[in-house]
Parts: sequence; C-alpha cells; structure tokens
Amino acid sequence: MSLGPEASITDETTTPTADAAEERDRGEKAIAGRSLKQIAWRRLKKDKVALAGGIVVIFLIVVAILAPVLTRLWGHPIDEYHVDQIDPTLSTPLGKLGGISRHFLLGVEPTSGRDIFGRILYGAQTSLTVAFLSAFVSTAIGTIFGLAAGFLGGWVDSVISRVMDFLLAFPQLLFAIALVSVLPDTILGLGDRWSRVLVLVGVIGFFGWPYIGRIVRGQTLSLREREFVEASRSLGARSPRILFRELLPNLAAPILVYTTLIIPTNILTEAALSFLGVGIPPPNPSWGGMLSDAVAFYSIDPMYMIIPGGMIFITVLAFNLFGDGLRDALDPKAR
Amino acid sequence: MSENLLEATGVEKHFPITKGLFKRQIGAVRAVDGIDLSIRTGETLGLVGESGSGKSTAGRLFTRILEPTAGTITFEGEDISHKSVTQMRPLRRDVQMIFQDPYSSLNPRHTVGAIISAPLQIQNIPTPNGVKKAVQDLLALVGLNPEHYNRYPHEFSGGQRQRIGIARALALRPKLIIADEPVSALDVSIQAQVVNLMEDLQREFNLTYLFIAHDLSVVRHISDRVAVMYLGKIVEVADRDDLYKNPRHPYTVALMSAVPVPDPVRRDRAQRERVLLTGDVPSPINPPSGCRFRTRCWKAQEICATEEPPLITRLDDPESHLTACHFPVVNDETVAGRRPAATPA
Repeated sequence: MSLGPEASITDETTTPTADAAEERDRGEKAIAGRSLKQIAWRRLKKDKVALAGGIVVIFLIVVAILAPVLTRLWGHPIDEYHVDQIDPTLSTPLGKLGGISRHFLLGVEPTSGRDIFGRILYGAQTSLTVAFLSAFVSTAIGTIFGLAAGFLGGWVDSVISRVMDFLLAFPQLLFAIALVSVLPDTILGLGDRWSRVLVLVGVIGFFGWPYIGRIVRGQTLSLREREFVEASRSLGARSPRILFRELLPNLAAPILVYTTLIIPTNILTEAALSFLGVGIPPPNPSWGGMLSDAVAFYSIDPMYMIIPGGMIFITVLAFNLFGDGLRDALDPKAR
Repeated sequence: MSENLLEATGVEKHFPITKGLFKRQIGAVRAVDGIDLSIRTGETLGLVGESGSGKSTAGRLFTRILEPTAGTITFEGEDISHKSVTQMRPLRRDVQMIFQDPYSSLNPRHTVGAIISAPLQIQNIPTPNGVKKAVQDLLALVGLNPEHYNRYPHEFSGGQRQRIGIARALALRPKLIIADEPVSALDVSIQAQVVNLMEDLQREFNLTYLFIAHDLSVVRHISDRVAVMYLGKIVEVADRDDLYKNPRHPYTVALMSAVPVPDPVRRDRAQRERVLLTGDVPSPINPPSGCRFRTRCWKAQEICATEEPPLITRLDDPESHLTACHFPVVNDETVAGRRPAATPA
C-alpha cells in the first residue's frame, strides 16, 4: 500500500495555489519535501465525512476520560437508586421518554431508577478501553507474527499461517463464555470491573490478531522483493535494520488503517459478550449489558433500549467512517 | 593488461523448486550454470543477453546478495564465494550496485538524505563535515540540487531517481560498481544523460563497471569489453570493437542483427540482413544437452548435442576471441536463415 508517485502529482496539480502559498509561508523550509504523512493529512482534511467521524471519535474519547467529572456535574452516581422516579405499579420510569428530564438527561432505568446518563458515560469508558486495548494487542501480535511470517518465509511462515487459519476458524464467543466462567473474578488485584476488562481485552485481542497478521504478512511478502531491500542488503545492512527501517515504515499505513477498522468490530464484540452476560459484572455499566437489561422492558420502555443501542451505533459508525477516510487518504489506489 | 579485480570461476546458481508440505526438491532453475568471467581494474565490462539468460543473477552473485551454489568468486584475490553477511560487511564498501528500477530501488518512506546517508551509517563511515554536507556533496556530484536532500523519492523523475541510486552507490567510494540494467527503465533521452554521468564518474573515481544490459547500442557506447550470456552460460567474450565487428558465436550474430538501425537509407545501403531465430529460449529448469544454443542454431550438428563447447580462443582463426562454439561463424559467411531486412516480415 505504498503511495505511488502519481498520487502526489494529482495532489499537487489540484491545489497549485494553496501549495504555492504554503510553500512561501514556510520561508526557510520552503525547499523541504512534503512527506507522505503531510500528503495524507492534506487529503484527509478534504474528506468531510471522515473528519466528522474523527471528531465524533475524539468527542467520545474525551467523554469517556471525563466520565467521573461529567457525572458529578450533570448526572448521578451509577449505582444510586432513585425509586421516586419509578411508577410503583408498572415499574417503568415516570414521565415521558423513559423519564428524560432536567435532572436525568437520558432518563432512568426501569425498576431501579438509576441514572442512564451516568451509566452511558461509564459504559463508554468500558467499551472504548476494551476496544482500544484489544486493538492494540491484536496489532502488536499481528504485526510481529505477520512480519516474521512474511520476512522469514519457509517453515516459520507455514506454522504461523496455519495458526492464523486455526484461530480464524475458532468459535471465539463460545470460548470467551467458557473462559470467563472458569477464571476468578479478580485478577492481579484489579477489582472486578478492570479484571473483567483485562480478560475481555485478552480474548478479543488474541482472536483478532490473525486479521492484521494476514495483511502484514501479505504486504511484507510483496515489499521483501522490492529492490530497495536488496539495495539495503548490498550496503551490508542486517535483518533487524531491514525489518524496522526499511519494511516497517512502509507497513505503517495499512497497520494504522486496519487498527482503526478493528476498533468498531471490537466494540461490537464487547457489547455482544456483555449482552450474553460474560462482559463487565454488575453493577458496573456497559453498553451491551444495558441492552441486555433492556430486553425485558422494550415494549413498555423503548428509550431504555434505544439509548445504549444508539450509542453503539454512533460509535461504530464514526470509527468506520474515520477508518475508511484514513484508508482513502493513505492509499488512494484502493478506492 | 591490467590485473583482474573480480574473478569468477565455474560459478553456478541453482534455485531449488520445491513441492509439497515437506518442501521436497523436485528440480532446480539453473539461472547461472557455470560461468567464468574476469573483470579487470578500471574497465567497463558489458554483460548482454536476452531476458532470462541469468545476467541479473550473475550480477547479484558478484555482489554476494546471492550465494553461489558452486564455483568461486574472488575479489582482489580474496575468495568471497561463501562469506557470511558479517564477513562480507567490510567488502561492501568496495562493491556496490546500481539497480534497474528507479521506482522500487528507493524506499518511498525515506528522504533522499536518509537514502544516501544509509551506506555511511551502516558502514560507520566518519563524516568530518557532518552527514548533511556529505549527502549534499554526493547530490551535487550526480547533478542534482543539493538543497533537495530532504525531499522524498516520489518528488523526482525517473532519471533523477536513478541519479539518487548512483549517489547511494558512490557514497562508499567503491572500486567496483555492478550496474544491473541501469538505464533500461528510462526514456531514451534520459538514458544518454545517465550513461554519460556514469562515464564521467568512472574517470573521476577510477571506477570499474560491470554493465548489465540488453540494449546492445548502450553497451557498445560504454563498454571496453563485452560478454554475451545465453541460458546461464557465457557464450562469447571479446573487446568491444572486436565483438561488434567479428561476432563468432551464432547467437551473438543473431543478437547483433536484431539491433535496429534508425536510418532507413543507411539500412538499405549496408544491405543489412537479419538473422531470425525461431522458437523460444529453452527452460533453464531442463536445459538442452551439449551446447545450449543448439535447439535454435542453424549450424547445429550431432556433436553439439553430445559435447558442450568450451569457452576458448580458436587458433585456426587469426581474428578469433573467447567463444563457446564448435562451429564458430567466420567472416563473410552466408548464414542460413539470414534474409534481407527489407522484405516485410
């Protein structure tokens, strides 16, 4: 997925005036070349849809980080019961739209009356932490094994490729359910919420690496035959230099793009696991868990299902749009 | 006669063909199958042959990017045929390579400065005036703007990229440069510039070139001696003028006659005739017995199938040179299969 020279040429011809102006503004550095990073950023800036996705993603990350502050300002603690907000006979929230009001911005839970706003914010923390960390785990393992398989070839490649095939065929959800029921509730003294996050990161990350591994392997196979690798070798470079200085910079674009694209998949997997009851243990909130709770009430209190469902939808959509835009910016040929 | 800088004796490179789960070897591509060649200090040796004849593999064997299956390669009297990567390292300073494709031989993610300074970095060569100055000097040397050191390869044209490749090869001040079809990917007008640059640099730094090409007119322009390869073997070696005037091997004769003459008037006056070879180059997996060219040669006889002709100078022909043929072509011989070029093909 290298950026061909023609890409930069079209880029330069479409914005000649902007280029010239910037070139002048840079003054002393005017003669410095534009790196592929700069070209990609320029292209991404023009892609409004991807930018919108990126802004939503950044907004969600900020919200997740500031969840305790925001909850104190506009919400209520996640495990605080507000029975006064509940209709005692139907056990549905009082008021319209699941009890949305000035005090409860997104309404309250049926039966318990817990504040949905606070629970959504803390749920974002869980979802995004699991999604990002497991994407990181997948990327790290996938890159190392993909590089090894592609660069070393031979039996190493055969073994790694068979392991990837095996993992792709493995029933991930069933394995996760079985694993969670076997493992203790707290690991490494992290408390039950973060121990379970750790387990989810491990499971989702471990089963996700073959996707990245295959892409990295394929790219490495094609890059390995390029003459600049031979040139480096003829200068006396050793394998680590070739791997990390010559090959890895060329793999950065596809790795970045696929990492962005597995994050939404991970969010969905986490939600599915929580929905099935092997996610974050109650009373800690997660979007999948809230959806699961809402199943019992959707006919009488649809808002309780729409809010976490909508959050998952918006988050996944934003990540996907941003990832697609990033791919187009980094590799215009794949469009 | 000057001494030999690089000498190859009986060098072979067979690429194994494997099959099945356990990579059982079922055959081999005999890309280079026993070549003897010497490169003299200060000369330019042209290596020509059609696609698949093993020219590039031979070049990669001489730089030891590939390890020969058999035979020995000596550089300045030192046997380098089976040296390890670490043992080869100091020798890399003396033997450098220029590559064919200026688009794939430069890493698109590195600046020109990083590309040209990589050899200095890898070989730990001190730069008294700083790396930047060293890179800029090299850029100026190959006719590029020294201010462009932090641009990326995609901002240059093919010819400029090839100059960057030459600058990288020159960074270590090598004695021998192996140029693997350095101009075949360039426009004809740019080819001349790059070839002339290489000639200027040769004069300035006393370089020795192995110039691999399939373009006979470029080879004629730059080479002192020319070696002709066919299917992993060297079939003829001679001084440039000698080879172009008196080709002895039938394959060389056919190759020479295929060079286009740009001027139709001259073409008619010279009564130029073409030798048309029929059939394809045989597979290097299963090359013909005896002389490899016999399947396409109009002079082939029984002995050609049984006995491999050695690369020797025949004593019965005063104008002869190293030729691997049982029945070399003599001057003014009427060649069967030769026909006037004017007839429409």
